Amino acid sequence: MIRSELVQKLVDENPHLHQRDVEKIVSTIFEEIIKTMAEGDRVELRGFGAFSVKKRDPRIGRNPRTGESVAVEEKHVPFFKTGKLLRDRLNGK
Amino acid sequence: MASNTLTRMDLSEAVFREVGLSRNESADLVESVLKHISDALVAGESVKISSFGTFGIRDKSARIGRNPKTGEEAPITPRRVLTFRPSHLMKDRVAKGNKG
Repeated sequence: MIRSELVQKLVDENPHLHQRDVEKIVSTIFEEIIKTMAEGDRVELRGFGAFSVKKRDPRIGRNPRTGESVAVEEKHVPFFKTGKLLRDRLNGK
Repeated sequence: MASNTLTRMDLSEAVFREVGLSRNESADLVESVLKHISDALVAGESVKISSFGTFGIRDKSARIGRNPKTGEEAPITPRRVLTFRPSHLMKDRVAKGNKG
């Protein structure tokens, strides 16, 4: 399923809403999640999962082509942990 | 650390603010979005949201695990797990926003 298919499903379920409103709803939700993580905060959606930010320590990396060492700065990466309910549903429970 | 955790309520509040639906309907739509994503995944489909990321399903085969406390061996049954691959846009914004 891709974004446009998700929008279409919601449009089909909500005939009183314009497609552009549904698109706005969907982009608002995903934008809020990214914005929250960009501020270093967590997003917790019970039953679905939680988005959080993990810190990666600085390290000495290597250019795989030349073998040269390069300093890699500390960085922060997005992380998703599946919620219990969804994890159980994926396994037919 | 767990200062400003965003929840369903905050998402529906954002939809209410940005789109102008009622609070109730905004909450229902947030729920529908999560439900459609979950249903697709449960059906074995991956879900690709452009500029956000991709949720995928991986099959894990059975293996012998160990109870880390007792050291006892325990069989782990085959199972399906969810993976999330953030988009470049998300990675960049999260990296930039948390810099320094």
